[in-house]
Amino acid sequence: MIKITFLNSAGVSTEVEAHPGDTAMQVAVDNLVPGIAAECGGACSCATCHVVVDSDWIELVGYAEDMEKDLLESLDGAGENSRLCCQIELTRVLDGLILQVPQS
Amino acid sequence: MEQICIIVGAGHAGAQLAASLRQEGWTGRITMVGDEPWLPYNRPPLSKAYLAGEKTFDEILIRHAEFYERQGIELVLNASASSIDRPHKAVVLSDGARLAYDKLALCTGARVRRLPEDGFDNVLYLRNRNDLEALRVYLRDGARAVIIGGGYIGLEAAAVLRKFAVSVTVIEAASRVLARVTAPELSQFYQRVHAEKGVEILTGCAIAGLVADAKKPNLAVGLELDNGRSVDADFIVVGIGVVPNTELAEAAGLEVSGGIVTDICARTSDPDIFAAGDCTVHPVKDFGTLRLESVGNAVEQAKAAASAICGKPRPDHSLPWFWSDQYDLKLQTAGISTGYDRIVMRGDAEASASFAAFYLRQGRLIAADCVNRASEFLLSKKLIAEGREIAPEQLADDSRPFKEIVA
Repeated sequence: MIKITFLNSAGVSTEVEAHPGDTAMQVAVDNLVPGIAAECGGACSCATCHVVVDSDWIELVGYAEDMEKDLLESLDGAGENSRLCCQIELTRVLDGLILQVPQS
Repeated sequence: MEQICIIVGAGHAGAQLAASLRQEGWTGRITMVGDEPWLPYNRPPLSKAYLAGEKTFDEILIRHAEFYERQGIELVLNASASSIDRPHKAVVLSDGARLAYDKLALCTGARVRRLPEDGFDNVLYLRNRNDLEALRVYLRDGARAVIIGGGYIGLEAAAVLRKFAVSVTVIEAASRVLARVTAPELSQFYQRVHAEKGVEILTGCAIAGLVADAKKPNLAVGLELDNGRSVDADFIVVGIGVVPNTELAEAAGLEVSGGIVTDICARTSDPDIFAAGDCTVHPVKDFGTLRLESVGNAVEQAKAAASAICGKPRPDHSLPWFWSDQYDLKLQTAGISTGYDRIVMRGDAEASASFAAFYLRQGRLIAADCVNRASEFLLSKKLIAEGREIAPEQLADDSRPFKEIVA
């Protein structure tokens, strides 16, 4: 199991367990993490699963590219470390990952 | 006593409603009745990532089994509701079981509209997992498919069939594809793209009849068109729209008018019964009373229903939005273009694969079709919702980033 932590804008953290291969969005949805609406179910279409990757982790997670990058560029509150978490596939090296959920 | 909420339907709306009930603080029982044997799953990827083998069925589930266990959401699958006993507040299942409710949510969805000539084994539809498994059998290199209907479902099917090197002919009764939902500019664009991918599109012609195999009458070998032409096929895919599942509501005496009638908080004409998703007609902010067929609507309406069920109604003022994935093109639509009086193009729809079409009515943006233009899509959602006026020449100015223009 991989442990990841979602941290909301009020500083409340939710620690959840994931299987390798899950997307961070799927784990958030399965655990009712507030602020992750994930309306399109992972099609990279809706930009409702925005997270900001903790700077210690961004190199391992990787930066947004292509369509995801385009979506993020027009999203309020998005920055360099922003990702749509439906595009983050969890692997064992991401055990301990911290993702901030910006206020939507 | 513990309150009970029954949800009839386990599609996008039902699944969201169950989750939202818990988020809104519903502590009573939740029972979701679904007519398929599986946990609620995402429908859009069925004909795409799932069919193509890029994702397993488990990966397209909306939520995993543990979620329902953890949240105490009881699933009654492979079961259908046959009636609602409103005086006694119970749902009766087809096997005779009675499920008592305090609150009832109808998320019965829609079913595909079928051809009048039914009963051919190789005439296929696209809606459920079973439909896709039936289609899978026919996916072999060089097979010939005819798709009836040039709407989003038909065109998405064409795109995925080309991936499997199936030869594809699309038959559309209107004079252009996507005629019901987009401007001619978009239709022309998609007709060009599909033609480049080797899809034959025949517009302005209707089906005169299906041709049965002389030896195996349960197989169709092609069809005849009303213009005298005939087209051979190894299989036929039908995408001619859906019919809302309103029978249960209608038989129970709820108000139904082309869909289960709800208000902006997803309440039906019975104060203890709510409805969400494709099966409903409801007021859509700025666009009138509509029946929307989309995941986005199912999700938003389900959230509204959950709040209302928990006694804290919150109107659904969300802007309708849609998406369609074909080949490497992502179309994202914000708003509804019906009734537009002017269209403004941004980018080149004739030679490129990245552009946006803005629909205006009396100077205000009411909708935007964005092809591989995520930024335009997200910002249009805002512009439409805010009802801001924006000069057409600015919308069209593709030399500057859209974000800068609308800032």
